[in-house]
Amino acid sequence: MPEATLAPPPSADATLLDSNELVLNMGPQHPSTHGVLRVILKLDGETVLGTDCVIGYLHRGVEKIAENRTFQQFAPYVDRMDYVAAVSNGLGYCLAIEKLLDVEIPSRAQAVRVILTELNRIASHLLWLGTHALDIGAITPVFLCFREREDVLMIFEKYCGARLTTHAFRIGGLQYETYDTFEKDCLAFCDTMEERLKEYHDLLTGNRIWVKRTKGVGILDAAACKDYGVTGPLIRAAGVEWDLRKAQPYCGYENYDFDIPTARNGDTFDRYMVRMEEMVQSCRIIRQAVDGLPEGPIKGKVGKVLKPPPGETYVSIEAPKGELGYYVVSDGSLQPYRVRVRPPSFVNLGALDKMCRGSLVADVVAIIGTIDIVLGEVDR
Amino acid sequence: MPAEPWTGPLPDSLKERFGDSVEKATVLGGQQLLVVAAAKAREVIAALRDAHEFDYLVDVTAVHWPEKDLQFEMVWILYSFASNQRVRVKAALAEGAKAPTVTDLYSTANWLEREVYDMFGIEFENHPDLRRILMPDEWDGFPLRKEYGIVQQDAAWVRENLKIESAQ
Repeated sequence: MPEATLAPPPSADATLLDSNELVLNMGPQHPSTHGVLRVILKLDGETVLGTDCVIGYLHRGVEKIAENRTFQQFAPYVDRMDYVAAVSNGLGYCLAIEKLLDVEIPSRAQAVRVILTELNRIASHLLWLGTHALDIGAITPVFLCFREREDVLMIFEKYCGARLTTHAFRIGGLQYETYDTFEKDCLAFCDTMEERLKEYHDLLTGNRIWVKRTKGVGILDAAACKDYGVTGPLIRAAGVEWDLRKAQPYCGYENYDFDIPTARNGDTFDRYMVRMEEMVQSCRIIRQAVDGLPEGPIKGKVGKVLKPPPGETYVSIEAPKGELGYYVVSDGSLQPYRVRVRPPSFVNLGALDKMCRGSLVADVVAIIGTIDIVLGEVDR
Repeated sequence: MPAEPWTGPLPDSLKERFGDSVEKATVLGGQQLLVVAAAKAREVIAALRDAHEFDYLVDVTAVHWPEKDLQFEMVWILYSFASNQRVRVKAALAEGAKAPTVTDLYSTANWLEREVYDMFGIEFENHPDLRRILMPDEWDGFPLRKEYGIVQQDAAWVRENLKIESAQ
């Protein structure tokens, strides 16, 4: 494989004494790239002049597979993209096909979907927090985060038998009714989580090393976020109060009372604070959804054979990592004609070069961590 | 899927400015859709960005229709933070024709257009860095074209680089 070339860095002429530039390869087998991400770094001393991402190691052709499966058969595949937020992936896909089919989803199914999706958001953020802190050198949080994440995975396991790639939803609603102690487990988890978040703040937020390693690192302001299409906690940390759950509500999110946490500086520390607060807000949503959980059917009127009429739609949701969109084209047959996944991780990773330029090489690890990528979703 | 004509100041101003190049303005299943001539697509997107505050390029993708004369359908999805609305711009392209790049309007387009090139073989005029992004650089074939089989692979590449007979 020939070496990928780097665009010439803008500051190349300005380097001190015309010193030698060093090209450093990072990954794909590197613990802090969160999977198989390869980054080629061009360095002047410890300063990053430019980066080039080499991706595709996990490319499985998910969009091609979709064209060769029926609408229902493809649903489990979407869990394998962002595998730490499989429930969100499934929700987006189901909503897109339901939009094509034009079916109503019963309110009980919608509320259970919201509960599971928000639990998954917390699980995804916990995995991010643990590994991100580990990358920067704080060893303790990862153990605590995995302890809490285990509670979420236990709820998933009790609900549908799977922990990670859950395939929790079906087109038209849900496959399974909730189990007996579902509500109790969810509320107990919220209680624990809210307490434990205080512990995380004690460990990290005031920690001088943590603050030094994250404040002012990897700044991406609001204009740059829009230019690079960066969404999710990254754009909220840059001061844009934008969340698809509020801007274009789906699945009944308009019925819940919650805030969109934002920050101002758009640096790694702000993104940390935004995600921490998002976990609190997710707990709020879960409590409301559990309290008002309606009785009733869990599946809308969909047939056993799904044949959406010819047409197309674009449906997007606020996944833990940003805007996750599905552009689905149907030609009236049993299989989708085209499924395009708009992955937040892929698009957000595109801003890595912008965030890294001019920073120290040691901060690249912090910046990769703060974007919160999952390579299964980047490569699809 | 219910489709109705899209009327209002936005489509009207675009029709006025670009005339017949705006071939269709519809609301399809509640979603705003513009079909434009490929030659004018870049200018329409630039107008949407500059005059109507569509400052976020959500996605760039394509659909392959081998039976049609113009085989490829380019799709751009735009969003406006100011007015909280989306618009989907579509343009048909012939096999081998080049698509206009929007990398100078939106930095997002860099990777998204590379992926379209990688998967469909559609080249973008004036793209600063048009390389494959997900598939290996020397891979032969464009996987998301309809004639590309689900188990098809570049056997020579697999033999040479992975030292195995088949990756299937």
